[in-house]
Amino acid sequence: MNGLFCGVLAGLRHIGKLTIDGIWRLGFITRFMVAVLLASGQSLTRLHLTIRELYFSGVLSLLIITVSGLFVGLVLGLQGYDILQRYGSADAVGVMVALSLLRELGPVIAALLFASRAGSAITAEIGLMKATEQLKAMDMMAVNPIARVVAPRFWGGVLSMPLLAALFSAMGIFGGWLITVVVIGVDDGAFWSQMQAAVEFDYDVLNGVIKSFVFGTVVSLIAVFEGYDCDPTAEGVSRAITRTVVTSALAILALDFVLTSFMFRG
Amino acid sequence: MMSRTALDLWVGIFVAIGFAALVFLAMKVGNFSGINGSETYRIEAPFDNIGGLKVRAPVKSAGVLVGRVQSIRFDTETYRAVVTMEIDQRFAFPADTSASILTSGLLGEQYVGLEAGADVAPLKNGDRVLITQSAVVLEKLIGQFLFDKAAEPAAQ
Repeated sequence: MNGLFCGVLAGLRHIGKLTIDGIWRLGFITRFMVAVLLASGQSLTRLHLTIRELYFSGVLSLLIITVSGLFVGLVLGLQGYDILQRYGSADAVGVMVALSLLRELGPVIAALLFASRAGSAITAEIGLMKATEQLKAMDMMAVNPIARVVAPRFWGGVLSMPLLAALFSAMGIFGGWLITVVVIGVDDGAFWSQMQAAVEFDYDVLNGVIKSFVFGTVVSLIAVFEGYDCDPTAEGVSRAITRTVVTSALAILALDFVLTSFMFRG
Repeated sequence: MMSRTALDLWVGIFVAIGFAALVFLAMKVGNFSGINGSETYRIEAPFDNIGGLKVRAPVKSAGVLVGRVQSIRFDTETYRAVVTMEIDQRFAFPADTSASILTSGLLGEQYVGLEAGADVAPLKNGDRVLITQSAVVLEKLIGQFLFDKAAEPAAQ
């Protein structure tokens, strides 16, 4: 009986510890974000630092974004055509492809790909810098590692994410056009004109851009934070990379629901 | 490590491609050149029944998009629906213009159709369209049809 009591007590203690740790980390990541924003001046005045990160997280993600966008568009075109032709409105496939890409799939899938391709790389880089004590060395030389290492990576991610999402949507619409108009034979004029009639710039396109901007900020913040916060060991770095991908994916999907329920309640 | 110029070039290409995609989305996919952002004026129209009309539904005249429905409210004094529309400043309508709620296609979305009248004075901001025609409600139509059918044998 006494043993059971102790077990329950230990369980409760464990829950309490997890909660406090969680809240503490949430506070820490908020303070970290403020620190990054305050130290961002240098990534603007020494622009080549940010440009270098734009290259690593933006340019190097181009291939995966274009190819996945194309394939997502192809699949959307095929599935959309299959469903819509049952109702005799195969011409509306352009609307379906464009709206689903612009509103949801473009920002979300691009952000998921970005988190696993660029976010993990950022975490690994910063984590390894911490493990090899490069960050400490910078501190010793009176170089603020947050301004020199973290902020440029953060801004590189924030800036490249909306562009990547727009590219993803554009490639997806091109893929949808390719499969439905060129291969299946839906009318070209109806495809574009119905799409243009249904898609509004300041509603569908702009909300998609806002979404991708939010996702870019969140993913970049999680990536730099996990790298900066990791245990300075080989195992700690690998755990931090896993956490970056998992937390980013969860945050993207949960935030997407929140943003959608505010933006598209129609 | 790449040289600074090569890096700049690649990032430049990346940013250009990204913005090109955005422009493509704005121009080819969306209707950016439409009435968004241009000057508008508001007119009101009371309807007995708006059917399934939604906020932001198109307002068309002769099939051309001239504005959008801005808000729909219920007037508790007349018990009618009042639809507020934003019309593009480029399109002026006579004061005796009539408004009707129409459906695009058999099952399509509902929109407001404006039919120009003959008055010399134009509709101004905040004016009210007085001649309106409600949405066709399918149940009423069928009810009317059945009623007429039932009345037929008695007439013979």
